[in-house]
Amino acid sequence: MPTIILFAPLIGALLCGFGHRMIGERAAMMIATGFLFLAAALSWVVFFQHYDHPESIPLFRWVDSGALSVDWGIRMDRLTQIMLVVVTTVSSLVHLYSWGYMDKDPQWKEGESYKPRFFAYLSFFTFAMLMLVTSDNLLQMFFGWEGVGVASYLLIGFYYRKPTANAAAMKAFIVNRVGDFGFALGIFGLFFLTDSISFGVIFEKGAELSQTSFNFLGMDVNAAEAVAFLLFVGAMGKSAQLLLHTWLPDAMEGPTPVSALIHAATMVTAGVFLVCRMSPIMEYAPGTLAFITVVGASTAFFAATIGLVQNDIKRVIAYSTCSQLGYMFAAAGVGVYSAAMFHLFTHAFFKAMLFLGAGSVIHAMHHEQDMRNYGNLRKKIPITFAAMMIGTLAITGVGIPLTHFGFAGFLSKDAIIESTFAAHTGVGSYAFWLLVMAAAMTSFYSWRLIFLTFYGKERGDHHTHEHAHESPRVMTIPLMVLAVGSIFAGMIWYSSFFDEKFDRFFGMTVAEAHGEAESHGEATDDHGETKADDHGAKDDHGGHHTMGPYVAGQGALYVGEGNNVMLEAHEVPKWVKMSPFIAMLLGFSLSWIFYIYNPELPKRLAAQQRGLYAFLLNKWYFDELYEVIFVRPAKWIGTFLWKKGDGGVIDGGINGLALGIVPFVTRTLGRWQSGYLFHYAFAMFMGLAAIITWFVIGGAG
Amino acid sequence: MIAADLSTVLPELLLAIYAMAALMWGVYLGKDTQARTILWATVGVLFVLAVFVGFAPEGTRTAFGGMFTNDGFGRFAKVVILLGAAIMLALSEDYLTRNDLMKFEFPILIALAVLGMMMMVSAGDLMALYMGLELQSLALYVVASFRRDSLRSTEAGLKYFVLGALSSGLLLYGASLTYGYTGTTTFAGITSVLESEDMSLGLLFGIVFMCCGLAFKVSAAPFHMWTPDVYEGSPTPVTGFFATAPKVAAMALFARLLHDGFGAAVSDWQQILAFLALVSMFLGAIAAIGQRNIKRLMAFSSIGHMGFALMGLAAGTVEGVQAMLIYMAIYVAMNIGVFAFILNMEKDGRPVMDIGSLGLYSRVEPARAAMLAVLMFSLAGVPPLVGFFGKFYVLMAAVDAGLTWLAVAGVVASVIGAFYYLRIIYLMYFGEPADALDGKMPVVHFAALSASAFVMVFGIINLFGVEDIAAAAAATLLQ
Repeated sequence: MPTIILFAPLIGALLCGFGHRMIGERAAMMIATGFLFLAAALSWVVFFQHYDHPESIPLFRWVDSGALSVDWGIRMDRLTQIMLVVVTTVSSLVHLYSWGYMDKDPQWKEGESYKPRFFAYLSFFTFAMLMLVTSDNLLQMFFGWEGVGVASYLLIGFYYRKPTANAAAMKAFIVNRVGDFGFALGIFGLFFLTDSISFGVIFEKGAELSQTSFNFLGMDVNAAEAVAFLLFVGAMGKSAQLLLHTWLPDAMEGPTPVSALIHAATMVTAGVFLVCRMSPIMEYAPGTLAFITVVGASTAFFAATIGLVQNDIKRVIAYSTCSQLGYMFAAAGVGVYSAAMFHLFTHAFFKAMLFLGAGSVIHAMHHEQDMRNYGNLRKKIPITFAAMMIGTLAITGVGIPLTHFGFAGFLSKDAIIESTFAAHTGVGSYAFWLLVMAAAMTSFYSWRLIFLTFYGKERGDHHTHEHAHESPRVMTIPLMVLAVGSIFAGMIWYSSFFDEKFDRFFGMTVAEAHGEAESHGEATDDHGETKADDHGAKDDHGGHHTMGPYVAGQGALYVGEGNNVMLEAHEVPKWVKMSPFIAMLLGFSLSWIFYIYNPELPKRLAAQQRGLYAFLLNKWYFDELYEVIFVRPAKWIGTFLWKKGDGGVIDGGINGLALGIVPFVTRTLGRWQSGYLFHYAFAMFMGLAAIITWFVIGGAG
Repeated sequence: MIAADLSTVLPELLLAIYAMAALMWGVYLGKDTQARTILWATVGVLFVLAVFVGFAPEGTRTAFGGMFTNDGFGRFAKVVILLGAAIMLALSEDYLTRNDLMKFEFPILIALAVLGMMMMVSAGDLMALYMGLELQSLALYVVASFRRDSLRSTEAGLKYFVLGALSSGLLLYGASLTYGYTGTTTFAGITSVLESEDMSLGLLFGIVFMCCGLAFKVSAAPFHMWTPDVYEGSPTPVTGFFATAPKVAAMALFARLLHDGFGAAVSDWQQILAFLALVSMFLGAIAAIGQRNIKRLMAFSSIGHMGFALMGLAAGTVEGVQAMLIYMAIYVAMNIGVFAFILNMEKDGRPVMDIGSLGLYSRVEPARAAMLAVLMFSLAGVPPLVGFFGKFYVLMAAVDAGLTWLAVAGVVASVIGAFYYLRIIYLMYFGEPADALDGKMPVVHFAALSASAFVMVFGIINLFGVEDIAAAAAATLLQ
């Protein structure tokens, strides 16, 4: 069954992409969409199966070279199951949605065929993404990783007649190169250290790696830290974390369904997935984990600040995505991988819905994307309004505090914030405060989006507003399905992801005490004692106080010994549990004041705080900074090598040789070929004399 | 004793008897009326002998006290020579008839030249070497000036004769020096002297002179000057013949002399050959650029190719000889196709040799143009055609023998040389339209051209097994 899930999108993509001339546009699109729905249905079936141990399904041998042998294979465990559901569900809904959204696209003239291409790219992307998440080794994962990169490039640049779209596609690809370089180095490093790139082997070597160190440029580097760091660099690129985030907002140049599928729900979460997948390594790299926490929290905060002032509806959501990814990394950074996965799971629903809702608004407003030209649309597009409302309630984290009733984002986001606090480390508190502030800002910009779009007065082109209409049913049905997920996904799976039962959900094996002592020689009496205490405590409270210890590699996730952050997260003070809710309320009220109560206020504030406003509006000047630091020098070097190196030295040299020296020699030789016998005889004797002279002077042998 | 000797030289003996018998036949039975019969008979004899030699039993046999060696190396060269000569002779029939050159001496002279070549490649002694060489040369001097009423043809023959005599003088002088310093003329004797004592300067001079004499025969620079003039002046079938069989014979003789005779002094003659190879490759590549006459162009082309073959020889190893043999076999196969084409470059019944006349030839005769294009690519050594593999083996041998600089120079030269081969393709496909050539192509020529192009394309699969045969042949020379 996993094999069918994996290859159905590929078949769909091939049939749709190459066969649409034969079977017609409509049939091609039906095939692509149909295969995706099949994959999605099977994914849900698979999701409700339980794998006690990760199951490896080999497909066929790929590379066999020396110590390196790689199979194409599927690793079935809880992580894969989660990702399968997320990817295929969102993808199939986006396929359906695209029937409506891509119909009669103004980028194309009447009669031009572009839809099969779009659907083929979407299906191809889905295949690559599934390859990534089902992989049981790093090379196959890298294949998927690059595959989604290519698909993303193709889809961002889908409107290839728009120069900005082409530029954005290239930017996404090039910025991702930086991260991929790190990822590739990480793979090389792991292979160098463990002689394998298969997950099954690598995961058991985490402890060993943390004891290993190697010398790099005169520094002793811990192997686990180095590998984990390099892999995280790859994750940063794909998941648009701070410093490598600049491509994501620009990627909004692609069609909106693409943004929903790739730049919200699936591809950008690949980085989070990678970190969680590599948890058996990450757990042994505390330094890198701290770094991940800092980067994640900073990104969450930074992206939220920019989101406050953006006017393009898709860019607001893009920065929101960037920010939410930061939350996930922060959770992974403090060692609560399941919370990261939980947020990934819920976020996929509500963020995809927000994007699709935004797409519906854009569709209704004739491809107008500036929110300043919206307003008072809730009557005209009621279903979209309802969906966007649910999405906003979910992302801002509305729920009943101190209980487990609330929208999806309420449960998953709060789980993350509590976890960071419970980490009780410096970076943990740093993350906690930044994330709470980010929560307030999330609430502000999300409500700002709702208020600007659906409330207030009609602004912008009067004509467009008059013709605003609800989207066709193919577009609203996906919204409704996702709305269900956005409301209930959190409540249903809260206990599975973020509870003492999570180890069962993730199929993690608790190590036997004596086995543990044997396998870890360094396990000291201290451990034994604490364990004894814990066992006592367990009896008292009737529940776990410590988790594990778990067997590395046996299970989808791995949580190291002594990492009890998740359990402690349930015991944090009440004010901590309340803080995100309060932040949310604060953001909501401010937003209400700014955009409903007194709509003149934002303008005045912007005028008053001109510097700050420009700083945020220009995205902290990251693009400008990169332009100066990287782009211009690179362009200069390129131009230099092209003009001087290639044009001057190589072309000049070749031309000089070909057009100057060679013809000269040719002419000279031609003149020697005079036709006179004595000239010829002379030449022969000169040759003879030359050889003899060489031997006499140079000495024989 | 005599019977064993005779059986060893049986193919040569048969050819000699045939040549004399054919001469008698022609003289007494109507002279030129018998020319066509004799020509086809000669083609047949050469083919039969090629098969006979090709399937002769393995092993090395010597005759006449070591003067004559019949070994795998010799047999390989002989098969190439016989086949090349037979096909070129078959191709010449049409041309000779149309140009009123169909005289019965022509096939007989070719047969005698081939006999000389067979003697050359089997020589086991300096005397036998010289005898074979002169038999070949004298026959070739005559066929070069075969068109007696043409000034150019007689001039070509005379030039060839005078310079050939000069080179024979050099060779003989070298041979006598060698005899003087070693006291023997047999290769085996020379080898044993070289193994027992150091190389004296006089003997070294002997090698240099003999190499120079032989360099003339393979038209290696700077002993190449006769080549363009003779190629241009001779009747085209003769040119085609010059470009194939005699080159193989001279190259094989070179290898025979150096390895059988002076195999103990590789490091000495290696420098000479490297020098000859280097100069030939560059001269062939550069000088050809200025040529408009396709026969002169092919002359320079053959100089360049001989440079590459000499590079293989310069390696001084089994792989080097193997590479040289492969290179020569491929070279002959390519040249047969090219000359089958050149023989039919005509306009209103008169030969046109200017390459400008090939302008947009692809529109006139797409099939022929395509096949010539394949051959030109192959001559230029463009992968993946067979011509590339010839160069590849030679370069590999040179690199393995530590002559990396020579291999690099070879690559540079072949890049420069590619220019004029590609120019022909350019002219045929993109050039200025010219007065279309209207020569009709006889079936034999078309078959030769297409077979040659076919070999260049499909030989890439396994070179038709030549590689292994050449390796075995080279091994027998160096054992």
